[in-house]
Amino acid sequence: MKFRKERLDRGIKARCEDIFALSSYREISYLLFPRVLPVALLLILPLLQGVIGLYWEKVLMITCMISLLALSWDLMASVGLISLGQALFFGAGAYITGYLNYAFKLPPIITIPLGTVGGALFSTLLLLPVLRLRGVYFAIVTLTFPLLLARFIETTKILGGTEGISALSPLPNVWVELYVPVFALLICLFGFRRLINEDYGLVLQGIRDNDRAVMSGAINIYWYKAQAVFIAGVAGAFAGAFMTHYYRFVGMPAFAMDYSILPLTAAVLGGVGTFAGPTIGAFILMPLSESLRAVGTLRVVFYSAILIICVVGLPEGIFRYIRRKYHQFERMVDVG
Amino acid sequence: MLPSIIVYGLVNSVILALTAIGFSLTFGISGVANFAYGAFYIFSGFLVWMLLNYLKFPLLLAIIVTIGVVGLLGFVTYWVILLRVRGIPLSEVIATFALGVGILELFRWMGFVTYEFTLPYLKKGMIMIAGVPLDYQRLFIVGIGLALVLFLYYFTHYTRIGLAFRGIAQNERTAISLGIKSDLTAALSLAFGSAMGAVAAIVILPLGIISINTGYEVLLIAVAVGIVGGLESVPGILVASLILGYAQIITGTYFKPEWMTVVYLAAIVLVLAIKPSGLFGKFKELEERV
Repeated sequence: MKFRKERLDRGIKARCEDIFALSSYREISYLLFPRVLPVALLLILPLLQGVIGLYWEKVLMITCMISLLALSWDLMASVGLISLGQALFFGAGAYITGYLNYAFKLPPIITIPLGTVGGALFSTLLLLPVLRLRGVYFAIVTLTFPLLLARFIETTKILGGTEGISALSPLPNVWVELYVPVFALLICLFGFRRLINEDYGLVLQGIRDNDRAVMSGAINIYWYKAQAVFIAGVAGAFAGAFMTHYYRFVGMPAFAMDYSILPLTAAVLGGVGTFAGPTIGAFILMPLSESLRAVGTLRVVFYSAILIICVVGLPEGIFRYIRRKYHQFERMVDVG
Repeated sequence: MLPSIIVYGLVNSVILALTAIGFSLTFGISGVANFAYGAFYIFSGFLVWMLLNYLKFPLLLAIIVTIGVVGLLGFVTYWVILLRVRGIPLSEVIATFALGVGILELFRWMGFVTYEFTLPYLKKGMIMIAGVPLDYQRLFIVGIGLALVLFLYYFTHYTRIGLAFRGIAQNERTAISLGIKSDLTAALSLAFGSAMGAVAAIVILPLGIISINTGYEVLLIAVAVGIVGGLESVPGILVASLILGYAQIITGTYFKPEWMTVVYLAAIVLVLAIKPSGLFGKFKELEERV
């Protein structure tokens, strides 16, 4: 007796595939449940300060920031640009925000948007000559940029050099600290999911799958790549800009390896190319890594191990696995 | 000043070439960008140090053991990790990158961050060349660099494994049809690349302390040299090393030593903007790079 596992779509999935075919609350809730649940959780969690404590609320905030970086990584990956240096966006946003606040005494409500757009613009301009590269070559160069920029700041002693810039304006109150990241994450997550399914997103995915075919359609792929990098940069630079005012400090750690490898690990763990996956990945990874804070830099070793295991053993990612379980049922079929 | 620039520029160029050549060799043959290269480099340094200080090995034995162990490490890396993700560049990059970061940060956690971690000079003392003092270690680096390039040329042109390397690099399918094992060759290329990194580490690291951050910097050098020269071309690596090496020394002499690392960034951006396949990179230009 030999068995084979058979996977079949649930009937309700087939009926719910197009939104106009919904005919009952059951079908509506089948579609809405996986979307509303995380949104509701994210919106409620900051209210539970009394229950889970301010420390874990801060972890929630940092998790949202890492999710933003992971989403920005995933958007770039959707265009076929594999980045090993997400810290570039983070650092650029952080430094511009910090400098504006330090030099011109602008309040956070002005510096954060300026830092976000400015950081994204700066990173895009820096990556512009590199956009002609594909695959491994692009990855190699992105890895070097944050390292080189950190060295540049260290050696030229601009922007505070190794000391960094401290005593920046704080954020107004704890509600801003918690809800701004949550809303930024939700906007980014659902925005990117929508974007990638529009015609515009199809062009981006086309560039990933076969850039030559897209070129032959008389589309300037470099212009599209630059736009995608800018959009991804906005998400990444916002994280940097926000964290600068949260820490009230900006320095060379903004270009640290953590901000490159954490988003990458989150995205690979959750499932590349799904946007929801990297978010889930970040929400698994960050609390886990917080509880491992005691072991110090061994945490990075731990991320690396997860990364290797996921790349080799679970290439589809957690999100795709969960989605399959939700939409399909499995049974064993006798194949003689 | 001019003789000093010429001599130290040459030394610096050879250091860059030695650092980059292992990475480039692996990439040129198997197409695997070994992002764990920098970590292997630092691992070699620490391994020699540990063998010398904990197990009291004589220097020569420690060096030979280290080169062997690091080569084996490269081989095992391919066989255990990369074999499963071969042909998916994203996964290859992420897996080796993660391995590299993991090794480096493990050493950081184990406390290998103080100033006591230095390797001994192979021979102390110095000589004068055209009025410029030059210590034996730097002279030795130039010698080893030249020897390694000559060995590489001999190896890839006159030995069976070397010819198999070139066969796989030129056309993998044809090579397979002639009985060359693709996976074995790729694993060997990773082993050779790593062992060359170990050789580079053993001769270069005595000039300073072994620091974790050097691991990332080595990767940076390998990449910068590879991009300027063309990643898969040995002449390209040599010429690019000369250009970058002298550019750095000139920058260091006439401007400030701190600006020396900025040369990499400038060179990468310039070359990518003007000739993205590198000065000597010819093949793979259309299909993979641009």
